Amino acid sequence: MKFCKPWPSPVNRPLVLSLVAALATGAGAAETPRDAEALKHFVHQDCGSCHGLSLKGGLGPDIRAKALEHYDPEVLREVILGGIPGTAMPPWRPLLTDPEIDWIVDYLMTGEE
Amino acid sequence: MTIRTTAAALALALMGTGAFSQATGDLGLVVERADGALLVVDQSDRASIGRIEGLGDLSHASLVYSPDQRFAYVFGRDGGLTKVDILEQKVVNRVIQGGNSIGGAISDDGRFVAVSNYEPGGVKIFDADTLDLLHDIPAESKTVGLVDIPGTRFVFSLWDKGETWIVDLSEAEPEITKIEGTGTNPYDALVTGDGRTYIAGLFGEDHLTAFDLWQDNPEAQAILDGYSAGREGLPVYKMPHLEGWALAGGEFVLPAVGQHEVLWVDAKTFEQTGKTETHGQPIFAMARPDGRQVWVNFAHPLNDTIQVIDTVTKEIIHEFKPGPGVLHMEFTPRGREVWMSVRDADKIMVYDTQTFEKLREIDARSPSGIFFTARAHKLGL
Repeated sequence: MKFCKPWPSPVNRPLVLSLVAALATGAGAAETPRDAEALKHFVHQDCGSCHGLSLKGGLGPDIRAKALEHYDPEVLREVILGGIPGTAMPPWRPLLTDPEIDWIVDYLMTGEE
Repeated sequence: MTIRTTAAALALALMGTGAFSQATGDLGLVVERADGALLVVDQSDRASIGRIEGLGDLSHASLVYSPDQRFAYVFGRDGGLTKVDILEQKVVNRVIQGGNSIGGAISDDGRFVAVSNYEPGGVKIFDADTLDLLHDIPAESKTVGLVDIPGTRFVFSLWDKGETWIVDLSEAEPEITKIEGTGTNPYDALVTGDGRTYIAGLFGEDHLTAFDLWQDNPEAQAILDGYSAGREGLPVYKMPHLEGWALAGGEFVLPAVGQHEVLWVDAKTFEQTGKTETHGQPIFAMARPDGRQVWVNFAHPLNDTIQVIDTVTKEIIHEFKPGPGVLHMEFTPRGREVWMSVRDADKIMVYDTQTFEKLREIDARSPSGIFFTARAHKLGL
């Protein structure tokens, strides 16, 4: 995938950091924390870009609770934050605060708010 | 029966079809993704004139039109293929053809509808009249970038295998040509309005791949090779879309993947002619029908913004924020206006492309794709 692209290139750290900061600000991570309704919207609309609005899969796999039951919550948390190198799963760390990622992991694993 | 009552009865009978004096040339459909519904819109009146419900899961839905612009074939995420009648404003047929479809196309003669599937993969071909399944083309791969080309043919690419296939339906049995070397993970593709050039965007490589379909044996040709060489790839929170509107005044304008820019390529030589830095990861880079402007929207979390690029100078001439979640744009056929889905505002917004003035807001529930019936007469749309 592009974020961890297979071809070598020198990394421009200052550029990356400033872009990450810009993304975080744009997402509101530095502003008011999103409430449950906004996070649910985020999961279905934005994770849903690849995993489907109903989370049953698309370009990315099914991420409904049953499909995730083999996951340790800590591992799932890291997968979401760090992405999966070599696949289309991007790292969401720049866009999510700690309480937000906790809420999302719990929501995905239980299927409940 | 008097003449008057006969006339009245005739008028009633005509009105009973719902088709009374309504032309379809300036109508369109807007996907209401959360409700599994389509809004029927009138482009000239800038108005919504009805709603068609019962289409299942329409997240990431697209549609194509019958040659007479009366029927639409809707491809839904739940694998549903639904045929709707725009005049009657109702579903006339619906089949569940797969587990998870991504898009489709209609053949140049209007006889076949092809559907591209993520699950179970491959492409299925249906009779456009009856929606009967005619041919099942397994590919052991998710299929993307499915388009029609002249000669009752379809072209698509294989996400998992990096191949591009051409299906010829001009004889009783489909003839399939498989071309290797498309590259790793093609995510979408486009064909030009003349059916000659097919370009696949790649997620897994630092270039795009073009095919000259006018050749007897089309071959994969890397274009824009190394467009992000020496630069760190940025996270891609949504895959871009490619369609034939990428052609602007003799150049293709294409979204980069993992870079916040659009890339310009000479349509004849495939040499890069420039790039324009953009606000975020471009999703749609759409040339206005005359090609003079290119309108760009962006991936989450920057999807509240639109930038307009002048094709001659390749500079951004206008930037504005229509609202949260701008998912799709559609130009009126001659480019005077552009309609825009603003998902989280529950609005379609209509803008004048000369003055950038907002002309109208139309209520719609979580709108995504906008499709005007003029697409019926365009190859690859």
